[in-house]
Amino acid sequence: MDDEANFDDRRDAGPTQLARPGMTRRQFASVAAAAAAGFLLTACGPRRLREMPRAQLRQALRDLEQEYARTYGQPVQVSDAGPMPGVLFAYALDLSRCIGCRRCVYACVEENNQSRDPEVQWIRVLQMDKEKGVDFSEADPYYQPAEVPEEGHFYMPVACQQCRNAPCTKVCPTGATWTEPDGIVVIDYEWCIGCRYCMAACPYGARHFNWGTPSIPTSALNPRTHYLGNRPRSKGVVEKCTFCIQRARAGRYPACVEVCPVGARKFGNLLDPDSEIRYIIEHKRVLVLKEELRTMPKFFYFYAT
Amino acid sequence: MILVRQFARFATGSLRLVLHGPATYWAWLAFLVALIASGLVAYAHQVTTGLIVTAMRDQVSWGFYIGNFTFLVGVAAAAVVLVIPAYVYDWKPIREIVVYGELLAVSAIIMCLLFVLVDIGRPDRFWHLLPPFGHLNFPQSLLAWDVLVLNIYFLINFTVVTHILYRAFSGRTYEKRFVVPMVLLSIPMAVGIHTVTAFLYNGLAARPYWNSSILAPQFLASAFCSGPAILLIVLQVLRQFTRFDLRDEAIWKIAELMAYAMFLNLFLHGAEAFKEYYSGTEHLRFTQYWFQGLGGHRTLVPYAWSAVGLNLLAFLLFIVPAARRHPVTLNLGCFATYAGCYIDKGMGLIIPGLTPDALGEIYEYAPSWTELRVAAGVFALGFLVFTLMLKVAVPISLGEFVGEPAEGQPAARH
Repeated sequence: MDDEANFDDRRDAGPTQLARPGMTRRQFASVAAAAAAGFLLTACGPRRLREMPRAQLRQALRDLEQEYARTYGQPVQVSDAGPMPGVLFAYALDLSRCIGCRRCVYACVEENNQSRDPEVQWIRVLQMDKEKGVDFSEADPYYQPAEVPEEGHFYMPVACQQCRNAPCTKVCPTGATWTEPDGIVVIDYEWCIGCRYCMAACPYGARHFNWGTPSIPTSALNPRTHYLGNRPRSKGVVEKCTFCIQRARAGRYPACVEVCPVGARKFGNLLDPDSEIRYIIEHKRVLVLKEELRTMPKFFYFYAT
Repeated sequence: MILVRQFARFATGSLRLVLHGPATYWAWLAFLVALIASGLVAYAHQVTTGLIVTAMRDQVSWGFYIGNFTFLVGVAAAAVVLVIPAYVYDWKPIREIVVYGELLAVSAIIMCLLFVLVDIGRPDRFWHLLPPFGHLNFPQSLLAWDVLVLNIYFLINFTVVTHILYRAFSGRTYEKRFVVPMVLLSIPMAVGIHTVTAFLYNGLAARPYWNSSILAPQFLASAFCSGPAILLIVLQVLRQFTRFDLRDEAIWKIAELMAYAMFLNLFLHGAEAFKEYYSGTEHLRFTQYWFQGLGGHRTLVPYAWSAVGLNLLAFLLFIVPAARRHPVTLNLGCFATYAGCYIDKGMGLIIPGLTPDALGEIYEYAPSWTELRVAAGVFALGFLVFTLMLKVAVPISLGEFVGEPAEGQPAARH
């Protein structure tokens, strides 16, 4: 049908056709052909947020803002701030300072609009034995003493390690997750199909799935969001730490860095030779988790003392 | 015009065949339909509530569905294990059952694709995988590879089997120049779907239990056991209820081939267990969880040892000629193979692969009722498709259902 219409259209192209009878039908045919071509172009056009031209992306984000505003009864901003040139974000965590208070966990939940019920937490704090060192088989994520830190233990908070050689982005069948130029591994929540292959591939348990419909009390929603970060998610998609992309790209520290009562968390630009992060890497005893997997994390653990 | 009439006759004849059968046939269909209905209700609940109605969680993010998917990719090999001797060695007794093997492969692939579909969190976005509308991360993602090879394998088997049957229906033999190359292509494709599915797990360095190069060969070995095990039972049922005849030699030959495949399967398992236990690295924990349990978590241990026992039993029954020739021990062997491989390749592969999780936590997974019902529904749908296809294919192969009936004879007889 479309082919026929196209054929007609081509054959009759040119000014002479205007004078010929039966034009209305031909016109109709060409309009139909144009509509079909238009539909095909839209259908085959960019759908992933990653590929959208700026204007189309902005429109898509405005639609999201309206949808969120309706759901949460307050204005919600979905930023599309891009990566800054010359910036590669990195994180360092001082194992000798961390007291295992989990304030970072809860600050993260609030900042990044994680579901309260069912509970989703991007940071997992592991209690480990000082005598055994970093050993996941001896780690306890459910420690619940009256007071932390507990004698003989140290604490290792784990979230996305923002790998340079990320196993999770490689395996995604739809290309819904990728590494941004500033080093942040992000997810397109509108494109993720929820197959959870990335979760199987992640060696750090950093990816979390929305097993149920995420729920956030409307008053608790953080309305300052980023389209690749803390905007509200739907059920059935994967999410993870983005170094608080909505803050980091606005020149602010991630929420966990700000909230840490002992200053164990450091954040900065790996490409800036004068940054604190560079000082730590160059002067302290630094380790990365599961180094043998060659994931090359941009999340470093260190001992300041 | 002739073609249209022929096709109309084929369609109505098939419908008549499908709608006529003894009470056992209808009871079987009713059973399958009931399971499908129950599965649909459970799936509707899962879609509206989310995958939270399964027992899967962040720690064990794949479970029963993906285990069944993996097992059924193996069943789809049934076609090829029969095709090799039938066409390569031109061994006639097996040749006549190749069609049934391919029908089983087609049904198995349908179940595989359904198991992936019920596992994903956003089934409404399934088209995101399909170019040009979606984006397939090929060649990077092994899941993209799997989607491709499974669909190609499905198409090849579907085309070949349709061609052979339709030709037989039209009273002609199949086009050799078309069928033989397609069948020869289906052999590497069958190896391909297993290898790619194994690589899907194999490629994940995060999961030491899977990250072992023995995985793909072991997949193939166990596939060459489980597929034929189902087929042997199906063929005996057909022999019982239809005029379909199959020489015992063919059955014994397949059972013998299964014994060799099972030996290889057990050997590869043993090789892997040796490596894990003797070297005793931190990677041993996953194997330990499967065979011994870890820190009081022992849910899977009975399954692990049942699988070992069943697989050993099947091997012994099939390697002893007298045992594989006796109908009782033969069928016992088939059930043992099926059950052993099902445990071993389904839950036995997926769950210890994810337990303990990446940060060492042990979450004991056991499928929820919803998962069991949805999975039963998928199996029932696959068996329904298989049953209906057989109901048409068997009379065609027997020459009972043909397109050009002589002297006004009805096209289909029962």
